[in-house]
Amino acid sequence: MSDLMQTVQRISGVNPRKCMKCGKCTASCPAYDEMEYHPHQFVDMVASGRVDELLRSKGIYDCLSCFACVERCPRSVEPAALIEAVRVAVLREQGCNHLKPQQIPQRLDEDLPQQAITAAFRKYSK
Amino acid sequence: MQRIGVFVCWCGSNIAATVDVQAVSDALAQEPGVVLSTNYQYMCSQAGQEMIQSAIREHGLTGVVICSCSPRMHEATFRKACQKAGLNPYMVEIANIREQCSWIHKEKATATEKAIALGKAAVAKVHLNAPLTAGQSPVTKRALVIGGGIAGIQTALDIADAGFAVDIVEIQPTIGGNMAQIDKTFPTLDCDACILTPKMVDAAQNDKNHILSYSQVEQVQGFVGNFTVTIRKKARYVDETRCTGCGLCTEKCPQKKVPNEFNLGMDNRRAIYIPFAQAVPKVAVIDPNYCTMLNTGKCGVCSKICTAGAINYHQKDELITRQYGAIVAATGFNPISMEKFDEYAYSQSPDVVTSLEFERLMNAAGPTGGVLLRPSDGQHPHTLVFVQCVGSRCDGGEKGKPYCSKICCMYTAKHAMLTREKYPDTEVYVFYIDVRTPGKNFDEFYRRAVEEYGVHYVKGMVGKVVPENGKLHVQASDLLGGRQLHIDADMVVLAAAIEPDKSARPLATMLTASMDTNDFFTEAHPKLRPVESPTAGVFLSGVCQGPKDIPETVAQAGAAAAKVIGLLTKDHLTCNPCVAHSDEAMCNGCSACEKVCPYGAITYESKPFRAPDRSTVLRRVAQVNPAVCQGCGACTVACPSGAMDLLGFSNQQILAEVDAICK
Repeated sequence: MSDLMQTVQRISGVNPRKCMKCGKCTASCPAYDEMEYHPHQFVDMVASGRVDELLRSKGIYDCLSCFACVERCPRSVEPAALIEAVRVAVLREQGCNHLKPQQIPQRLDEDLPQQAITAAFRKYSK
Repeated sequence: MQRIGVFVCWCGSNIAATVDVQAVSDALAQEPGVVLSTNYQYMCSQAGQEMIQSAIREHGLTGVVICSCSPRMHEATFRKACQKAGLNPYMVEIANIREQCSWIHKEKATATEKAIALGKAAVAKVHLNAPLTAGQSPVTKRALVIGGGIAGIQTALDIADAGFAVDIVEIQPTIGGNMAQIDKTFPTLDCDACILTPKMVDAAQNDKNHILSYSQVEQVQGFVGNFTVTIRKKARYVDETRCTGCGLCTEKCPQKKVPNEFNLGMDNRRAIYIPFAQAVPKVAVIDPNYCTMLNTGKCGVCSKICTAGAINYHQKDELITRQYGAIVAATGFNPISMEKFDEYAYSQSPDVVTSLEFERLMNAAGPTGGVLLRPSDGQHPHTLVFVQCVGSRCDGGEKGKPYCSKICCMYTAKHAMLTREKYPDTEVYVFYIDVRTPGKNFDEFYRRAVEEYGVHYVKGMVGKVVPENGKLHVQASDLLGGRQLHIDADMVVLAAAIEPDKSARPLATMLTASMDTNDFFTEAHPKLRPVESPTAGVFLSGVCQGPKDIPETVAQAGAAAAKVIGLLTKDHLTCNPCVAHSDEAMCNGCSACEKVCPYGAITYESKPFRAPDRSTVLRRVAQVNPAVCQGCGACTVACPSGAMDLLGFSNQQILAEVDAICK
């Protein structure tokens, strides 16, 4: 098992081998259309050691962490926890902050609560 | 001093690969009393058994120790072999060096050391063994079948066919079970009622078979061949001997709003009812929760119109106590509750139904007369979505079951096929994780649904169902197509997991029969004794042992009957001589043993004893009935004065084993 695979599994506490590939996570996902990789694919990619592809994908930031997949997974695999662990693994790499302070002004919009910006900044920066 | 022979088995490589068998036989040869110690490849083979037998004769052995597999596996084999050579079978001890040693250790040195310790313990025990003689107990030639579904009916019919009396106890007012609610059966699509109801009638008309419907087992005492069972026959408020089943009362009863359980609450019945047209016995029953007369004392319509004078509002529950030689558990199953699966909107929309409800909606005797109509508005549905594995194959959590329910793939294919056949204007989707159709003509059946009937099988799951504008919005994954599907469906059918009936667990406690964590009865051996419970005299039939379809249930029911017949043909059973006995001089009359005995084998008696002053005193002392005692040893542990002891497993023998291991 690669170091990266181990890191992702350790951070998430998820055992991707429990997945029986039913696809209920992907069936539940509200962000399906925006995603490059879909929840059942996250799990499969971690299980089969394709974590670096996942790490480089912009799609991991399209997961809203709504936890519908976690709630409905019949095998308690928790795909959202896995994707969160991948995002954390990215942040742990040098210079990989997903949201930099200078990007914030252009993202501001009247309807967006300031708290959401603060939360996103905390979540996606070291 | 005993003359002991030690025989160490290799069990092929099962033991020999992890345990140095030569070292074990050499070490045990040094133990006191051991006159012969040897090892052999397969001790249980004919050559192995002959080796033991000739050693008994040549060396005049008085005790035998066999280091081999678990005594559960071959104790009986070796005892029998030694008995043939003239040794008392209870002078044989087994040291389990396979399951408890070679299979669980990796290092040869550790395993060998442990095997020697276990062998020494067995040798130490044999020194204290005494020959025991087994008594006999008579067999009551009557069987009890608990549950009157297809499993129970078939078992009872087969037992009755062999000429033995059999009683079926059924908790519902009629026999028939789950199968009575089914419309058509896979893979032949024959009419269910046409194959089940003749069997129900056979069960009712067979002279040897007696149906106790609307009844429940309350208490089980005794042991194999001699069970005493108390059965509660619930008051139906209708005299079974008088009711002709004309059904007039069920039409005239003014209490019309009682949910009809036979149609899963999708229509109503009266407070007095006959569950369905082919019910056996065809006798009305009053539902005491809804009957106005029973609750308020005002009404009595049924009594007035009953020409047979069968209505009796004062009927009481009746307790029946009967003797049985064998008991068969056939308690069956139910679909699990869908309450915890909110994502499928089962509790939000009446158009989301379980497969069993769908079965009733397709049935000519169902709430819609066999015409498939949406429960919400009575309209014809055009798009139907079937979801498989709802609650099956879940990860242990409280939401679902960890096992595959086995029957859903086939009945879903059946439902999809029947829908397309009757209503070609429908679009039918089946969402599956895996399609599991092993069985004769099963996979062919599923392929017919796809190829001939055009059912859309989609590999994926439904994520959520949202009732919207009279439709059911279904969001699902199509994993092979790599897309998320959005279907506006008219009906959604959930293949709910099945679980053992709730009555099974309390019944298992009464029978002292073991169960697994899912409340399925455990079989005595998963491969070789699949229809017997580990508790002697208790047999298993149907889904109460594990999920299975109708053909498998009928096959198992027949197998259980064969085992029961085998037992009932015997006039006597050999008892286990390893029973408890009490030392009256030490017994202090505390009753601790009586309270812990699960078999009711211990009673107390007042007996005269000589006191130290030469007067005679009456003392209460424990008495064990050896025919009832099963040798579990609970009393020997409970006895504070050490008066209780178990023959063949005395405290002294067990301590000698412990000493030998700790030496």
